Amino acid sequence: MANVIVCVKQVIDPEAPPASFKIDAAANKVVPPTGISPVLDPYAEYAVEAALKIKDTVGGKITAVSLGTGQLRDVVKKPLSMGADELVLLEDEAFAGGDSWSTAYALAMAIKKLGEYDLILCGREASDWNAGQVGSGIAEILELPSVTLVKKIEIIDGKARVERATDNGYEVIEVSLPALLSISHEIGEPRYPTIKGIMAAKKKEPISWAPGDIGVEPSQIGVAGRRTKLTKLFQPVREGKCEIIEGESPEDAGANLAKRLREAKIL
Amino acid sequence: MAEYKGILVHCEVAEGKLTSMATELLGGGRKLADDLGEPLSAVLIGSGVAGLAQEVIAFGADKVYVVEDALIKDYQTDPYIMVMEKITKEAMPQVIMLGQTSIGRDLAPRLAFHLSTTANLGCLELAVDTETKRLLQTKPVYGGNALAIFISETDPQIATVRAKAMSPLEPDPARKGEVITVDAGLAPSLIRTTVLEKVPEEVAGIKLEDAEVVVAGGRGIGGPEGFQQLEDLAKLLKGAVGATRPPCDNGWVPTGQQVGLTGKIVTPDLYIAVAVSGASQHMSGCSGSKNIIAINKDEEANIFREARYGVVGDWKKILPAFTEKLKELLAG
Repeated sequence: MANVIVCVKQVIDPEAPPASFKIDAAANKVVPPTGISPVLDPYAEYAVEAALKIKDTVGGKITAVSLGTGQLRDVVKKPLSMGADELVLLEDEAFAGGDSWSTAYALAMAIKKLGEYDLILCGREASDWNAGQVGSGIAEILELPSVTLVKKIEIIDGKARVERATDNGYEVIEVSLPALLSISHEIGEPRYPTIKGIMAAKKKEPISWAPGDIGVEPSQIGVAGRRTKLTKLFQPVREGKCEIIEGESPEDAGANLAKRLREAKIL
Repeated sequence: MAEYKGILVHCEVAEGKLTSMATELLGGGRKLADDLGEPLSAVLIGSGVAGLAQEVIAFGADKVYVVEDALIKDYQTDPYIMVMEKITKEAMPQVIMLGQTSIGRDLAPRLAFHLSTTANLGCLELAVDTETKRLLQTKPVYGGNALAIFISETDPQIATVRAKAMSPLEPDPARKGEVITVDAGLAPSLIRTTVLEKVPEEVAGIKLEDAEVVVAGGRGIGGPEGFQQLEDLAKLLKGAVGATRPPCDNGWVPTGQQVGLTGKIVTPDLYIAVAVSGASQHMSGCSGSKNIIAINKDEEANIFREARYGVVGDWKKILPAFTEKLKELLAG
């Protein structure tokens, strides 16, 4: 039996077409695309999948925790419909606009309130700010050991044996529990919610905690708790001067491309 | 409290040599240190790394801290945090630079929280703000759809830098610097992990990061058979095969061949993108290539905004003819 806590979040759909991505330069903010629903962060879905794999093998309980404002129930309930047991939301306005520091702090305090756990799982980063820090931050605040970029987990004799992706392969690491693991996409494709899971998720009321419920001061969380300042957010300029090589047939165009590259001394 | 001053670079060592990431950081760090008018220090951590200190100086460091201990022969989070905390207290740098590697990505955020400061991961550029003298840290966000410039409000300011974002200096063997040996002073009982095994995943042929020609395939390649055709072209051009994320997730090619924000960063002379749509997250791994060539059936695909030459159509028809013609031209 393992008690697993998974940190998730709602994000702007990272698979939305690049052309739909817009920035409000004056506010240094991303403008949510119209007509495209937000989604559960795909990196967090891998963490949920990792938690479910543990539950499949050793049993136990999975609690998802999500921080953010304007969270759509259908989105943040996805871990429940995939098979998680509980959902805790930190959706007070005071939690919004934070950086890795204030977000990790709020999540760590919520996890502390949840109490007993063997593992805390996070995505290796989130698809919006790509910070890649909240997991390690939670571990540091809760004084837990951490392993990042995890692609496989086994629970053996009260410890976790994990595979950690490295730049030229992977390493097998044993870590004492409780521990925090940040999950990489190599863990495997997240499962689809089942009909049964969706029905159960519909009925499940998430627990919502305000800052006071987890014993944090508004000055420590959200915008107020930031230690980094975003000075500028902008879109890189694309040149767009592509010379399209044509031909009488696709084969002909392919051959012409070879000739053109030779002429241009690229090859 | 003492004042934070200067730059500290964490130099990674692999197989007894300074990594290219380390020399790039030293090159970038040297420039920042000169802009600030402050010294550049470096730290070498491991076992049997002391002999590299002079090389670190040759690449631009004024001072090298060497920490050796059998317990830190392999990277592990806990002992590295203890060592870096010790070095930080000794060196009091206002900036700590690490590589955006599997080590730096683990070490930097945990160290930042440990020292009650902040980190920014995967930076493309670091510069000194002329007014505040704080570090302007530029990094891709939203999967490469945007770039963000952050300023840390606490010291030390910690940043990891992506491969190939900075250039190493020409090493000067005559350069003088100071080498300081620091005792790791580690208590084994405080290390909560054990590395049981290290498993390298070798890719045959030329390494993707070193290749001058990269032939990359996307989801549209459809399977491992299709990648064989890319392999043939790569072989002809003495290059390597890369991929976007879906082919790796589907197991068509090893994960190590993924190019992009979550994979490798490549800067070849020639990047041939076949059935690659050009999603921002992929482009942030290859946009530094000298020439991008695109073959894609969708003329609206983003890749044509990045490419210098392109063909619109079915790669299954175009690629064999392209490879054949090249073979002929290269032989002639």
